[in-house]
Formats: sequence, C-alpha cells, structure tokens
Amino acid sequence: MRSDLEMIDEWIQPNLHVLDLACGPGELLHHLINNKQITGYGLEIGQDDLNTCIEKGIPVLEQNIDEGLQNFEDHSFDLVLMTHALQQFRRPDLLIDEMLRIGKECIITFPNFGHWRSRLHLALKGRMPVSDFLPYNWYDTPNIHFFTFQDFERLCNEKGIKILRWAAVDGHLRDHWWIRTMPNMFSETAIFHITR
Amino acid sequence: MPDAIPADSVGIVAPQTAQFETPLRLSCGQELPSYQLVYETYGKLNSSASNAILICHALSGDHHAAGYHAMSDKKPGWWDSAIGPGKAIDTERFFVISLNNLGGCSGSTGPTSINPENGEIWGENFPLVTVQDWVESQARLADKLGIQTFAAIVGGSLGGMQVLEWSIRFPERLKAAVIIASAPNLSTQNIAFNEVARQSIRRDPDFHDGRYLSQQSVPTNGLGLARMLGHITYLSDDAMGSKFGRQMRHEEYQYNYGIEFEVESYLRYQGEAFTKRFDANTYMLMTKALDYFDPAAATGGDLAAVLKRAQCEFLLVSFTTDWRFSPERSEEIVNALVKAGKHVSYAKIEAAEGHDAFLFPIPRYMRTLNSFLTRVGKSITSEAL
Repeated sequence: MRSDLEMIDEWIQPNLHVLDLACGPGELLHHLINNKQITGYGLEIGQDDLNTCIEKGIPVLEQNIDEGLQNFEDHSFDLVLMTHALQQFRRPDLLIDEMLRIGKECIITFPNFGHWRSRLHLALKGRMPVSDFLPYNWYDTPNIHFFTFQDFERLCNEKGIKILRWAAVDGHLRDHWWIRTMPNMFSETAIFHITR
Repeated sequence: MPDAIPADSVGIVAPQTAQFETPLRLSCGQELPSYQLVYETYGKLNSSASNAILICHALSGDHHAAGYHAMSDKKPGWWDSAIGPGKAIDTERFFVISLNNLGGCSGSTGPTSINPENGEIWGENFPLVTVQDWVESQARLADKLGIQTFAAIVGGSLGGMQVLEWSIRFPERLKAAVIIASAPNLSTQNIAFNEVARQSIRRDPDFHDGRYLSQQSVPTNGLGLARMLGHITYLSDDAMGSKFGRQMRHEEYQYNYGIEFEVESYLRYQGEAFTKRFDANTYMLMTKALDYFDPAAATGGDLAAVLKRAQCEFLLVSFTTDWRFSPERSEEIVNALVKAGKHVSYAKIEAAEGHDAFLFPIPRYMRTLNSFLTRVGKSITSEAL
C-alpha cells in the first residue's frame, strides 16, 4: 500500500462504515474490508480504477464528486476518507463541509506544498515544482489547488472543525522529530483526522 | 447466415419446453391452472448446481439469447454479443438459462396460446401478468432444473426490473444481481409512451378487440406504429442523427407523403418487420408489466426499506445517452442500495446508442460485466472447495 494509506490504516477502527472518495484502484478499501471487517463504498470516475475495484469485489460507484454528494444522507457513514485528492476538486472547502455532513469523522491526506523542497524549487528555479510524488507539469496537473499543512489547519480553525489528530510524514512515511516540530516545512504528506 | 459458427459462439442451440401443472396465482387475482415456459441453456451446469446465470429479457426479447437455431439463421440470439465462450457472460464458466416469459409469443404460454377452459385463443383475455408473476414462474423453472441458488441473474431494461424483483422476493436464491439500463419504476413519460403504443394497436381496425387471430387478421398498422414510436425512444437524438442525418431518398423534395428522408424508411421497415415476429397482445401485455412494476409502492415509496431484505451483490449499469431509462433512474436504485447498506457497484457507460446501448458490445460495458461476473464465479468456486 502507498505509505500514507499504511499510516491511516493504523487510525481506523474495525467494523466501521466507510466512504472512500476518489478511491482509485481501491487499495485501502480492499485492505480494510478484508482485514478490519469494514463495510462501505468507494467513489471513482477513472475507468481503469473502477474496473479494478469491480474485479476485486470492492463496492465502487461511478460518481463525479465535483457534481455533488447530495445523494448521501447526513451522518450515514462512520468515516469519510479522501487520500491525496482534495487538491483536485473545485471547492475543497465546500467538499470538506459535505464530507463532515455525510461522515461522523473524516480522514484527509494531501501533499504539503509547503515542503522545503517545493519552496526551494520555486524560489531558486522560479518554476512550479515537479517531484516524484507530484510528477505533473503546471498545465496538465489534476491538482488545481496548491495548499500547505498550515493552510489546511487554518481552514479547519476558521470553520470550527476539530482536529482529532494529525500526522506529517516524509515521502517514505518516516515521521522524524523535525517533521513533527515543523510539519509545514518538512512534511511531504499531511494527514488529518477531523470532526465537527 | 454464418458460413461457419464463430469460435466464441455457443453454436447451434435448441429451445426446450417445461410444462407446469401446479396452478400459478397471479398478481391480478386470476390463476393459471397450467402453463409452459420455453427456454434455452448454454454451457454446463456444475455438479453443485452453483454456476447458473438466469437472463431476463426485456419488452420484445425471448428465450433465444445466444447462438443459432440453424445454419440458415440470418442472425444469432438477441444478446449473442455478451453470451458465449470467453464473452462477458462466459459459458465456459457459467450455465446460462434464458427463457421466454409468461405472456410472451415465442413459445411460452401467452395470448397466442389456447385457453384450455374454452378451447379458444386467449388473445386479449390472457391475464395481465406482472414482473412478480414472471419471477415466480422463473423460480419454478429453476426448481425444475435443480437450481436452488443462481450465481447471478442478469437483465436490461424490463429485464433489470425482474432482477430487482428477484433480489427482493427470493433474496436467498441469488448471489449476484446485474441490473442494466433499468429503473425502480416507470417514469410518467414512459407510461405515456406505453399508452400511445397500446392505443395505436387498439385503434387499428384489424385489432378486433384483441381477437384478431381468430378473425385471421393482424393489427399490423397499430403494432408497426407502436414499434416505430418505441424505436425512436430507444435511440438517442445523436445516434439517429449520425445514422441518418437528413439523408434523403431522392435528390429533390417530392412534396408528397412518400418517403423523403431515410429515417422514415428505416422506421417503416422496423415497424413492419416487427409485426412479422411479434404478437400485438403480447406487446400490450409487456408494456403493462412495465407500467405496473413498483416494488417500493408497498412501503410508500421507500425503495431502501424494501431492499433491506436483499442479500446478493449488485452491479448497476447505465448509459449516458439513455433517456428512456436514464442514468438518474439507475442511480435511484444505487442510492437506495447504499442507504440499505448493500454491496453495490455502479458504472455509467459512455455510449451514443441511447437505451439500445444495453444490447451493444460496448467494450467498457462488456469489460465491466465480465470483471464482475468473473469474480462472482471465482467466489463460487472457492466456496465449493
């Protein structure tokens, strides 16, 4: 599993009802269904990803998240997940509201654009950073919002969202003391567990 | 005619007939004392009888879903593109059963059969059977074939309604349900289309109050017209546009009511061809079965409450340009299943063909079906071990 998925797996209790937004090929759901007796669904629009989920028997629904999630009822899931996708949607702030309406709790992971290497790249080269983890050019990237660990934290504060816990890790899931001390500078992936 | 049977065809098949002597109580209150169902099977039933797939047909379908009846056949069965060795519904893995529903006109008891009580052709007096009645009769056919639990039940459009009914009525008798281009009930517009179709048949002077067969006549104009209307609604505007556009029969306008545009010729042909293979009373009966279907009515419209008792896995499929059974209608079923906490996957297939798309071998559609059913097949094999 991708490193951020392994990390959040530790945070997820067994037997929950889970909605995984932009679930990709369903790695996390597959793991949770088979090892933690989790029930739930993935949402996806990528054709190959949808098919992979169906092949593996992961319940997956073809639904464009940008077109809304009104079909899901209030607090109908214990947990709503979104890993490495929030930066791809039109209005992340409204999406977070929706996620917290549907789920009692949410876990969100995203790439931290405040990482020192991104800053250095932009500062020295004067061009948008391209890394192994985000291997896109500015014109073809699906990532339409660039935000940092601190930006997200601030949005939560403004919206009165409670941060239950957070983690900040480097590309290899290492969680060093210096990352914990300065997550905005040193984390490549930020992980937030939030609730209302 | 196939010069040779294609390798991925089930080959030459022969219909079989099952006779039922236990009376069937129908939704309308009437009872059929005895009846017969004609069906075909493809592939082999395994020793534990766990690999059976039931195909439920739509409005104008029948039991002949795959293969050929004779080398002289012009076309294979109506869903040959999906059923066969190595195809989406793989007959190397599954034992596939396809029947003609009660009230049909291809060999099962219906309006063209003789009413044993008076020795006359049933005609319009054949009781109006419903989706529930069909599912009941299909279950009896399964009993007869020694199938307690289906690996999957698959159907498109009206066929999808039967699959949905199965999941509610006999939850323990299927592992998986595949509901394609269907709806939890008909929209007002669909009921309206059906009424126009029925009226065009009933107002044909050759209809004779439904007793046309005993009068040696056929309401070809009415039935043809009904089919023409149906055809327009099964296709998307784009599909018709790209197929015919404003293509003309003659170079210049003729300024008369003959055929000016190719689409007119196509519709007339389709209408006429249909009257040669289909019975008008059956057509009316099928449209009524569509109109009546509404499993959520029992719970005041709460489909999720009705679906609570379902136990199978579901696959829902819709097509983007289908306006007769639009993706939104499939999504109503999906949402109800999600609300009921059921195992469901849903694919919305990009397709130009409108409602008809469910009969086309669209690659992503076929791949989705195959991926779903392959895994269902594997889980059955691993259970058996």
